[in-house]
Amino acid sequence: MKTYLTFLARCFRLSFVGDRRYYAWMFFLTVLTLLGINAYCKQLVHGLATTGMTDQVSWGFYIANFTFLVGMAAAAVMLVIPVYIYRNRELHDLVIFGELFAVAAIIMAMLFVTVDLGRPDRFHHLLLRFNFPISMLTWDVLVLNGYLLLNLHICGYLIYCAYRRRQPSKVFYIPFVFVAIAWAISIHTVTAFLYSGLGGRPFWNSAVVAPRFLASAFAAGPAFLILSLSVLARYTTYRVPEQAFLTLRNIVTIALSINMFLLGSEAFTEFYTDSAHGASARYLFLGLHGHNALVPWIWTAIGLNTVALILLFMPVSRKRSVLQAACIMLIVGIWIEKGMGMIVPAFVPSPLGEIVEYLPTWNETLVTVGIWAGGLLIYTILVRVTVPVLTGRLTYDQDFSAATGAPAELVTNHP
Amino acid sequence: MTDVRIWDGPSARPPRQEPELTRRSFLRTGAAALGGMAALAAALSPLRELASDDIPDLGQFLQKHYKEMTPTDMEAALERIRRKVEERFEVRPHLRDIKPMEGVEFVYALNLSRCIGCRKCVHACVAENNQSRSPEVQYIRVIEMPRGTLDVERGNHHYDRPTVPDPNHFYLPVQCHQCANPPCVKVCPVEATWQEPDGITVIDYDWCIGCRYCEAACPYWARRFNFARPHLPKEQLNPTMSYLSNRPREKGVMEKCHFCLHRTREGRMPACVEICPTGARKFGNVLDPHSEVSQILKTKRVFVLKEEVGTLPRFFYYFDERYPNSLDPEAVAIAHRLKAEEGDAYGLPPGPDGPRREFIAAAQPQWWNGGRA
Repeated sequence: MKTYLTFLARCFRLSFVGDRRYYAWMFFLTVLTLLGINAYCKQLVHGLATTGMTDQVSWGFYIANFTFLVGMAAAAVMLVIPVYIYRNRELHDLVIFGELFAVAAIIMAMLFVTVDLGRPDRFHHLLLRFNFPISMLTWDVLVLNGYLLLNLHICGYLIYCAYRRRQPSKVFYIPFVFVAIAWAISIHTVTAFLYSGLGGRPFWNSAVVAPRFLASAFAAGPAFLILSLSVLARYTTYRVPEQAFLTLRNIVTIALSINMFLLGSEAFTEFYTDSAHGASARYLFLGLHGHNALVPWIWTAIGLNTVALILLFMPVSRKRSVLQAACIMLIVGIWIEKGMGMIVPAFVPSPLGEIVEYLPTWNETLVTVGIWAGGLLIYTILVRVTVPVLTGRLTYDQDFSAATGAPAELVTNHP
Repeated sequence: MTDVRIWDGPSARPPRQEPELTRRSFLRTGAAALGGMAALAAALSPLRELASDDIPDLGQFLQKHYKEMTPTDMEAALERIRRKVEERFEVRPHLRDIKPMEGVEFVYALNLSRCIGCRKCVHACVAENNQSRSPEVQYIRVIEMPRGTLDVERGNHHYDRPTVPDPNHFYLPVQCHQCANPPCVKVCPVEATWQEPDGITVIDYDWCIGCRYCEAACPYWARRFNFARPHLPKEQLNPTMSYLSNRPREKGVMEKCHFCLHRTREGRMPACVEICPTGARKFGNVLDPHSEVSQILKTKRVFVLKEEVGTLPRFFYYFDERYPNSLDPEAVAIAHRLKAEEGDAYGLPPGPDGPRREFIAAAQPQWWNGGRA
């Protein structure tokens, strides 16, 4: 117990230490987070009228980001599967980075739901009168919290073992890994069911929503991991095997192809049928009765995803810089497609046929940016303390020798 | 480009001594901590503007769910609400918790051949049920429909004509359909909304967490959210109220039509039925075979909106078979008389949709939205 607390204390101290770039990055994220907190305080005072949402479009940017982030969290599993099922040794340690990102993404997703609540002061009502299993939202609360705990346990245990230089005991993490694989798929499926179960919203009321969510998540999540591993490979001594990038690239390529295929299937069904149910799709892709706020968004997303897919299919994307460019494009593309392109059009036109458009307000955007910055802050700290542990530079033995008076290696990079 | 490392290996240099706490490092750490605290305090500063009744008092915080309250709990809750209303509106309200009657299931029927689109029901509802006047909250939406279709997407919500009814249109008022299979109840994560034995779907405004999932689930756009603190002038408050219906709401909770249960559970008609100048609106107990609504369901060709979504509404529409191509001439005559008597005040269109944006207008930078308000 005492060693564990020492470990936590070391991690805490370590998160405040780094080079100039690290300080600049953390300072930047902290400023954005504070701006977000400030905007959220304004929202608490004036109500959700500070957002662009209305009775017609009653969910917007917050729920869009929530949906995207649940997918990013679920995608951590894409690294776990090759490692533990196909025994791909190369990726073994990298799983931890995927799961750390899952932790940060889940926290962000939960924050997005919380800021969307009209009465956050009544959060405890969830504990007192939980409409389970009828309401899909209660399922979401359960699976998201469960997933957070699972990932905290798995990566916390593995990192702590590395710190103690112990071989992790399989009983303590392998069963959890397999549960987490199934669980990851469940979190995004449940989130999709949240929407697809509503008969009054034809745009969402489609069986392809859950598969589409999974496909787009398994493209955007590993793409984000490629980016963060590139940063690690470049700026730290941590050695990322080339094989890892290639495996991830394959996963992204396949998932993105499936996602584009499912998007096409959906578009075909809506447009060829050409029934009244297609009004939302028409609003999204072409505009409806002169209202076309979302048209530039969705075509930007489709353009980015198409270019990314073409790049990924070509051998040139084995080059790191091209691969990174493709990843950035597809992350932005999927963020639009799944956020603004999935949530908002279901509300336009309203069930009574009224067209009210939605655009996020300035305050709402600041809250959103603040949550993203806060999440990246958490992820950066997690990675910051994990790298020295995994590379064997921060171990129990060193700390122990420090405790007995021997000079210990200082955790700093200042020469 | 050199390899910049956030970490240097232990073998790279001889181990260094643990640095002592120098004045310089102490000052630096202290200044950083102080700056951080100041920045956080500045970020939190808007909270000073929170109104005192935005923060729930202990009584409200600990208040139980409606179905778990004992009569004593309920009396305490009612007393707390009375006190709050008195503080805000300077009127002692007549507030009760009115229970459903035995053997009653309410049903609504609306004769589309007699609706003249005057929107008197909309305004009577707002006055009766203490809805917010700013931002404007209304439970009833009257849609002006072209003849020959029931596709609401072809209707006009904001018609504003010198005279209604227009001979080329009919008028379709929509409000909560009090479905027997309500999707809004199904999705609520905290059971803040449920169906009562008399068929009315109600909301406990003190339990709702404001997630708006019910608003997304409703196929009839019947639910409304309080995006801002509801504003209601003191002199316009209706002091006769009940817990589950028209007591004043707070910021951040849902509300909707409840068939005026504080009236109808005591044998009176809903405000919208009472005000309707043409008698297009009918309301009553479907379990009583002699009630007017029972007779209508038996003898008229009634229909419901969006039958395909399977919500089983208790709100029926019908056209009068005697007038297949026009409104009931008697209703049109009433419309002309009203126009002569009431002039401009009659047929007021709904205000701008959604919450009023005074705050937004002030806080939004000009360039956001390309300069539009």
